[in-house]
Amino acid sequence: MKNPEITLEPPVDAGDGLVAQQMVVNMGPQHPSTHGVLRVELTLDGEVVVKAVPHIGYLHRCFEKHCEQMNDYTKVVPYVDRMDYVAAMNNELGFAIAMERLMGIEVNDRVEYIRVIMAELQRIASHLLAVGTFGLDIGAFTPFLYCFIEREKILDIFEKASGARLLYNYIWIGGLMNDVPDDFRSDTADFVKSFRPKITELNDLLTENKIFVERTANVGVLPAKVALNYAASGPMLRGSGVKWDLRRDDPYSIYDRFEFDIPVGTGEKGTLGDCWDRYIVRVREMEESLRIIEQALDGMPDEGDVQEAIPKKIRPPAGEIYCRTETPRGELGFYIISDKSTSPYRVKARAPSFVNLALLPAISIGSMVADMVAIIGSIDIVLGEVDR
Amino acid sequence: MGLLDKKFHDSNIIVVSLEKALNWARKSSLWYMQFGLACCAIEMMATAASRYDFDRFGVIPRSSPRQADVMIVAGTVTLKMAGRIKRLYHQMAEPRYVISMGSCSNCGGPYWEHGYHVLKGVDRVVPVDVYIPGCPPRPESLLQGFLHLRDKIMNEKLPVGLDASHPVVIEDHGDEDIRVRPASETEEHKKAQIAFPQQDVTRKKEGA
Amino acid sequence: MKNPNELHQNPNELHQNPNELHKNPNELHKNPNELHKNPNELHQLLSERFGEEHFEFHQDEKAEPWIVVSAGILKDVAKYLRDEPGLEFDTLMCLSGVHYHKEEQLGVTYHLDSTSMKHKLILKVLMPQEDARLPSVEQIWKAADWHEREAYDMFGIRFEGHPDHRRILCPDDWEGYPLRKDYQVQPYYQGMKVEY
Repeated sequence: MKNPEITLEPPVDAGDGLVAQQMVVNMGPQHPSTHGVLRVELTLDGEVVVKAVPHIGYLHRCFEKHCEQMNDYTKVVPYVDRMDYVAAMNNELGFAIAMERLMGIEVNDRVEYIRVIMAELQRIASHLLAVGTFGLDIGAFTPFLYCFIEREKILDIFEKASGARLLYNYIWIGGLMNDVPDDFRSDTADFVKSFRPKITELNDLLTENKIFVERTANVGVLPAKVALNYAASGPMLRGSGVKWDLRRDDPYSIYDRFEFDIPVGTGEKGTLGDCWDRYIVRVREMEESLRIIEQALDGMPDEGDVQEAIPKKIRPPAGEIYCRTETPRGELGFYIISDKSTSPYRVKARAPSFVNLALLPAISIGSMVADMVAIIGSIDIVLGEVDR
Repeated sequence: MGLLDKKFHDSNIIVVSLEKALNWARKSSLWYMQFGLACCAIEMMATAASRYDFDRFGVIPRSSPRQADVMIVAGTVTLKMAGRIKRLYHQMAEPRYVISMGSCSNCGGPYWEHGYHVLKGVDRVVPVDVYIPGCPPRPESLLQGFLHLRDKIMNEKLPVGLDASHPVVIEDHGDEDIRVRPASETEEHKKAQIAFPQQDVTRKKEGA
Repeated sequence: MKNPNELHQNPNELHQNPNELHKNPNELHKNPNELHKNPNELHQLLSERFGEEHFEFHQDEKAEPWIVVSAGILKDVAKYLRDEPGLEFDTLMCLSGVHYHKEEQLGVTYHLDSTSMKHKLILKVLMPQEDARLPSVEQIWKAADWHEREAYDMFGIRFEGHPDHRRILCPDDWEGYPLRKDYQVQPYYQGMKVEY
């Protein structure tokens, strides 16, 4: 199968002897604001985008093949990390929960609480990166640096627990790699305390910034019905006003024990479902994550062996499962088929970025070419997850 | 003037070999191409951001290969991407350097065995100056890699022929086939020798 | 798309009463009298509507139950599931290709979800390995667009009626279908060695 031929509208007479014709512009895979190696083929009519065709696969790292070939379920976890490398903890959690459901493993409360705290810290770290680079994409450099200061603090907490800064291999099937260090509780509490005012600072710096609002409001509008039909999830769907969060609607782990709100877009600055709405959902979600962390810190039991439920050899019964969790980008589903051997027969990862990015052609038509950057930034894709 | 402030009492002239001056200038402002591929790109961003601060080494991200001195290959290179990387490398101006960041671009990393779509090492398509191990390497490792590159640049020698008495000709035959020949062997030189033999002789006589 | 304002006016309509549903998500699942339908009931409904011979209901202890649908009527079934009041499967969560090597079959699994009714359904379509083709559901759930392209890329399953049917992850001139169990990787791609 070959690339479809690009068909342009025939040239039109623009008067004064000038001829106007559509133009094709190639964006990426080397582009500072495609968040990796995304390539978009834009057909332009003047400055207006007539058609946008995303080309992906420049980071296809054969995740699903590796799952089948690894000969051990535990060896899959590092590859899961590398799928969405900005939110590795959430990915591990998703995979671990899927496997535990398949094998019928119950983990103790301490493990559950640590997992939730880690996942929510990771959510904040991921949103900080998303918000920071989103600002960077449309010209605000300072918020990026401010966001990274806070992100580094979270990475320090992770590093103390797991030894790694980015890809942790911390949440294992049936437990954790090791227990958290003694000062985990105080470190996390300190971070929560210091981070609250920083959100206000971020709001002053970026959220209410006139230039930022002008660039993002009324841009890339995504109606709720379209979002659902495209199976969008995460901030992408909530930005369109749909109150849908798997932590609430299909609870996993111990999320039903916590009290938190689900922020949705309301069209405050423009139309409902525009880039600004998607952005503000992320900022408000960070506050909610802080709330969850505080409650989890209070409820976390001091005793409990974090490795007590880890099976010696992982050999799940024959069967299949589809298990979904809410990562910072949306619904991460694992469809695992086991044939009773030590490696999965088939693993399909339903990556939220992959599905969300499919919306790009639909929401970018009719926008200005300069707005493409804002739209791509607001989808918050991670190419490792799009291409797997 | 920072470190050099008030070091020179008499005048502001330093005597240094051309080689050293050029190398010093090159190593002090290594602009890298902002080109993230995968996980390592996030660590590259972290290195450029607040805590690790690349700028203090004169290392600044540029979005265009035309303006960049060094390409950091940060992440897994897939077969679909390999051709683009080669093209970007050729778009950079000489002298250009390549840092291979992370196990994936060094040798395929965790994808070496079953990664049917992964290029097992970026050095199969472009020459690499510094390899940084790690999956992903910490920002400190990346900084260390840059320090090694600076050392490497400091040890660079000018081509032998740049000695005025032995001129050389550099011929670009395309496809990285670059040959260096003594200028005395070229056709042009021989022609020149025949055309103006007398002038050389007179100059020597004058002792100029 | 054309008239975003119209669609925007009442996003909460989709969830008839979002606050109530959210307060106690487990309540709905416990109460069979509510809107939520289990796969067994859905199988009954589908059999009544399209004829029993087209469906095969699978249930065992370990896995969630699924329904095998014959490829011929897939599109009609999909349309019915999406549009019928009381079913309203508005989202296609996941579409995965599977290679059943022993049976020499290729399969496609559809995971459907209804955000308003809060029920889920798993559909499967099985095809012979040599001639794997089935109708595309891209016109019904747009989410299927890229998933179907991926299934084609990885397994060589052809989706008839797909508007943009080409490889998505691998390059266009890639040989073979990588996730098939009998896949042999090509030694060279554009002059670059593939094996280590």
